[in-house]
Amino acid sequence: MEKKDIIQSFKDSLFTGLIALALFGPIVGLRTESKGEGLFITPQWGLVFLLVGLCILGRFLINLNSARKTEITFFSKFTSKFSVITEDKAKHFAITAILFAVVFPFLPFTDRYFMDVAIMILTYIMLGWGLNIVVGLAGLLDLGYVAFYAVGAYSYALIATTFGWSFWICLPLAGVFAAFFGILLGFPVLRLRGDYLAIVTLGFGEIIRIILINWYEVTNGPDGITGIPRPSFFGLPFKRSPDEGETSFHLFFNLEYSTMHRIIFLYYLILILALITNYFTLKIRKLPVGRAWEALREDEIACKSLGVNPTNTKLTAFAIGAMFGGFAGSFFATRQAFISPESFTFIESAIIVAIVVLGGMGSQTGVVLASIFLIGITEMFRDLEQYRMIAFGGAMVLIMVFKPKGILANRKPTILMHGDKK
Amino acid sequence: MEYFIQQLVNGITLGSIYGLIAIGYTMVYGIIGMINFAHGDIFMIGAFVALISFIIFGLTGVALPIILLLVLLIAMLFTACYGWTVEKLAYKPLRGSFRLAPLISALGMSIVLQNYVQVAQGARVKPMQPLISGGLEFFKNSEFIVTVSYLQIFIVILTIILMGIFTYLITKTDLGRAQRACEQDRTMTALLGINVDRTISITFIIGSSLASVAGMMFVLYYGVIDFYIGFLAGIKAFTAAVLGGIGSLPGAMLGGLLIGLIETFWAGYVSLEYKDVAAFSVLIVVLIFFPTGFLGKPDIEKV
Repeated sequence: MEKKDIIQSFKDSLFTGLIALALFGPIVGLRTESKGEGLFITPQWGLVFLLVGLCILGRFLINLNSARKTEITFFSKFTSKFSVITEDKAKHFAITAILFAVVFPFLPFTDRYFMDVAIMILTYIMLGWGLNIVVGLAGLLDLGYVAFYAVGAYSYALIATTFGWSFWICLPLAGVFAAFFGILLGFPVLRLRGDYLAIVTLGFGEIIRIILINWYEVTNGPDGITGIPRPSFFGLPFKRSPDEGETSFHLFFNLEYSTMHRIIFLYYLILILALITNYFTLKIRKLPVGRAWEALREDEIACKSLGVNPTNTKLTAFAIGAMFGGFAGSFFATRQAFISPESFTFIESAIIVAIVVLGGMGSQTGVVLASIFLIGITEMFRDLEQYRMIAFGGAMVLIMVFKPKGILANRKPTILMHGDKK
Repeated sequence: MEYFIQQLVNGITLGSIYGLIAIGYTMVYGIIGMINFAHGDIFMIGAFVALISFIIFGLTGVALPIILLLVLLIAMLFTACYGWTVEKLAYKPLRGSFRLAPLISALGMSIVLQNYVQVAQGARVKPMQPLISGGLEFFKNSEFIVTVSYLQIFIVILTIILMGIFTYLITKTDLGRAQRACEQDRTMTALLGINVDRTISITFIIGSSLASVAGMMFVLYYGVIDFYIGFLAGIKAFTAAVLGGIGSLPGAMLGGLLIGLIETFWAGYVSLEYKDVAAFSVLIVVLIFFPTGFLGKPDIEKV
């Protein structure tokens, strides 16, 4: 490398430092604190200089690196290797992953914490697969998916607490309600194109949340609904001491009582629900309606001229996606035993959309990888509670910048003409 | 009647703030065709910079008009840096990739900015003493006295001035011409020797500065901010941009005013709790009947 280059990159780094100073100076450097009456400022210049220094150093190293023409960074090398492995052996990968998921609760290192994280990841996988029908297959950007999740959770909670029906009756009902809301929203708005649709669905998500907060008589407002019944193992509850005339799970199978039983049951429940979603999606892609979705995604005008009714086709995608959102919602309600509007904010929609897009739209395996990656990142930063969401957002930006098509850029059409190369 | 006029005045004030944010959305959408989700958070950062500078200048005891001017300039400068950096880091590498990629990147950026401010400034709400007090009173003989505060007058006049400068910038200068050319055809513009990347950067800088002015107004008007204000204000401003016809600059201002008025009247006459529902419901209804907003160009689908 020439001397000129070094001076050039040094200047560039100093400029970066200047910008960083402008960025961090006021917001990080001058922290406002309320003390008694009014606000006071606590300077934190040390932190600012540290951050600025890091920016300068980082920029300088990047410059040195790019001067050596080593464009491929570790990150993209890693992910491209990843996509080669999984695209070639997608089937093997899927089978291995499912097997691993099945034996996971009985592995020696699995404890309560791992189970909770695994359940959370599976919930997001299911939501991702549900939304994948809408975003990945039909190509409709839905930024208010959490609304259907909320409808599912609340309808499950309300039915179960009011009528006392069992989980297995409430679950399909919750799905039906969510699908109904999907049609209700979809009917007027599906004529809109891309971004308009995105913003209207976002608005719908917010409307549902505001109604949940304010409709105190039904939803109990911001306090939420408590005491949602836990699911039972085909009628056998998971209790230490069952009520009179009832047998609980551990007595029936002659096991020692453990809270893990319920957790493991919930884990398998969400695993099965998620696998049903996946199976359904894989099958429906081969049916006329699934083909119509993918065709609509690729070219709407061509579809219209071939006699596909775009509104009805989109509506089915919307309703089916909403239904799976509703299933996931009722699972969420029964797992938490408590729901409140706070669980259904826009950030949840953003996370689910991010999972679908980061995974590579339309790729079922991609959704799995993206969920594990994103939820895993937030879990790794769990001890640093405040920095968790920064890491999450940063990961979203980084993946998009380095792999704009998602981790698995898989947009192969399901059907090919005879003679087309695979 | 008096109540109606009072609501009208409040609505126009709020609408000015939304309109200024909406311009940022509509400009960015016009030039690179993406929803800049982080724009609401840029507005929030503008509000924080304004708050911090108000506190600092409040201690020096300079005359009020000078403080306002200084804070305005400082907020615009620092917030523009944020807008510029966000574009460089998160959107520029994605130019030319498929449509959803920048949107996701913007969502990520929005999450980063929000939580960054939460970490740096704390999660508590930040109250500020009112700086501009007093106002004009009308209909003194009737039951309901209509008050137009000096602050409201200041906000509306400042908005009109900025809009004037901005319109001049877009319609009369070389920069504005380059910007409009980029909107129509980026490749052709580049062929004619215009630096497209620079034009896009400047678009972000202008949008962020206007958002920071809106942030300053927000601090003055409501007197309390937190790291979360960007989300709702951003969504409403985006709604305003869509309502007016996204990509159209007068449309953004018109949409902002409409959203401000709808929200205020809904809160004043129907119900306070559901005022946010009103804005979104109106959006849905408008989009069904005017799919490209009020002043948007109808887009022709080509095969």
